[in-house]
Amino acid sequence: MAATAESIRLQVTPEVQYVLRLGDTCLVHAQRLAEWCGHGPVLEEDIALTNLALDLIGQARALLTHAAALEGQGFDEDQLAFLREEDQFFNLTLAELPMRKGGAHSPGADFADTVLRNFLLSTWLGLCWQRLQGSSDAQLAAIAAKALKESAYHRQHAADWVVRLGDGTEESARRLRAALDRVWPYTNELFVHDAVDDAAVARGLGPARDTLAADWQREVAAVFNEAGLTMPPASPFASTGTRGVHGEHMGFLLAEMQSLQRRYPGGRW
Amino acid sequence: MSVAAAQSDRIATAWAVLDTVPDPEVPALSLRDLGVIRDVLSRDDGGLEVVLTPTYSGCPATEVIAASVRGALEEEGLGPVTLTQRLAPAWTTDWISEAGRRKLREYGIAPPGPASSCGATAPVRILARGIDCPRCGSGRTERLAAFGSTACKALYRCLDCREPFEHFKPI
Repeated sequence: MAATAESIRLQVTPEVQYVLRLGDTCLVHAQRLAEWCGHGPVLEEDIALTNLALDLIGQARALLTHAAALEGQGFDEDQLAFLREEDQFFNLTLAELPMRKGGAHSPGADFADTVLRNFLLSTWLGLCWQRLQGSSDAQLAAIAAKALKESAYHRQHAADWVVRLGDGTEESARRLRAALDRVWPYTNELFVHDAVDDAAVARGLGPARDTLAADWQREVAAVFNEAGLTMPPASPFASTGTRGVHGEHMGFLLAEMQSLQRRYPGGRW
Repeated sequence: MSVAAAQSDRIATAWAVLDTVPDPEVPALSLRDLGVIRDVLSRDDGGLEVVLTPTYSGCPATEVIAASVRGALEEEGLGPVTLTQRLAPAWTTDWISEAGRRKLREYGIAPPGPASSCGATAPVRILARGIDCPRCGSGRTERLAAFGSTACKALYRCLDCREPFEHFKPI
């Protein structure tokens, strides 16, 4: 009987947290997208969603490896992904929400949630990568330059779907609007500014999140306009995943993602 | 033969060997054609250092590529081989050689156009155009899916010969 793997605890400096906010957002978003594997509405979309997940996993691997190097206790990407406790994950809460109807704990979610999440996050990530290309941290700049090219394809694909659903049938437009109302309050967190952002700016590591807001709004509005969608009014809601305080879905997501490595420490195939 | 000449000889042999190692996912291409091998250097310990730049961040072939490079060079007695990963500048399909583009077409995959054509900032309803069918050469083709069997390809069909084909996306 194998032992259960112990959790690891990171020494979280602002630098480490800044990198993990990006890396964990990629990782958790990829984990949600991977739930579509074998369940896509059509074969092509099944393949597209898992291809997006694959790119995001690759980006997450590079960022987690880099975060581990900055952290300095000698952990690797797998330990960071599979052996951290929930409060040391720093992804946007938006990335952890259920997005597949019929998926675990997501009775209300819809394909439109997936489409919107992909669009809103790939637009945000694209802006992050653009700005991070000029990072004082050469490794982070290199990871960003590579990810930027990949995220352009993600955004193109997602925007295509936003228009297709929004400007499609009455039913598809209604469901896209409903998904937008669900997801919109969580977008506030994309532009929150806190001490981690300040530290990142001070060291030239990367942009503060609030400085991405204007570009994001403009890029999102252009596609919404084409899709016949209007931006919902601003919401006072504040999600806190980037501070390590997650919603009720995160524990279930981690349980599924981590169970194998927890049960069979260091297991490989 | 001088030491320097012997070293450059070993490096030339290494490049020739790498030209015979197939890409694990698109075996029509050699790793050299793919442009992932950025440099081959001679090391003081008598071995070689090979500098690799990965293709896509999540490409599952990355580890296989590294293992094939090491295996092929060591089999030729060119080892020990040290592999170095270089992320910047990021790999681009512009690095696929002319020979590689020809081999892709012969294999039935439409080669990528210039990478500057990707990442268009206006994403709405943009479908790449001007992708010629690798079978009949017709320019009347349409995209069926933006993503295909691997991260690097999209699925197309020819409206003249009616055959489906893959397109290596510019990136």
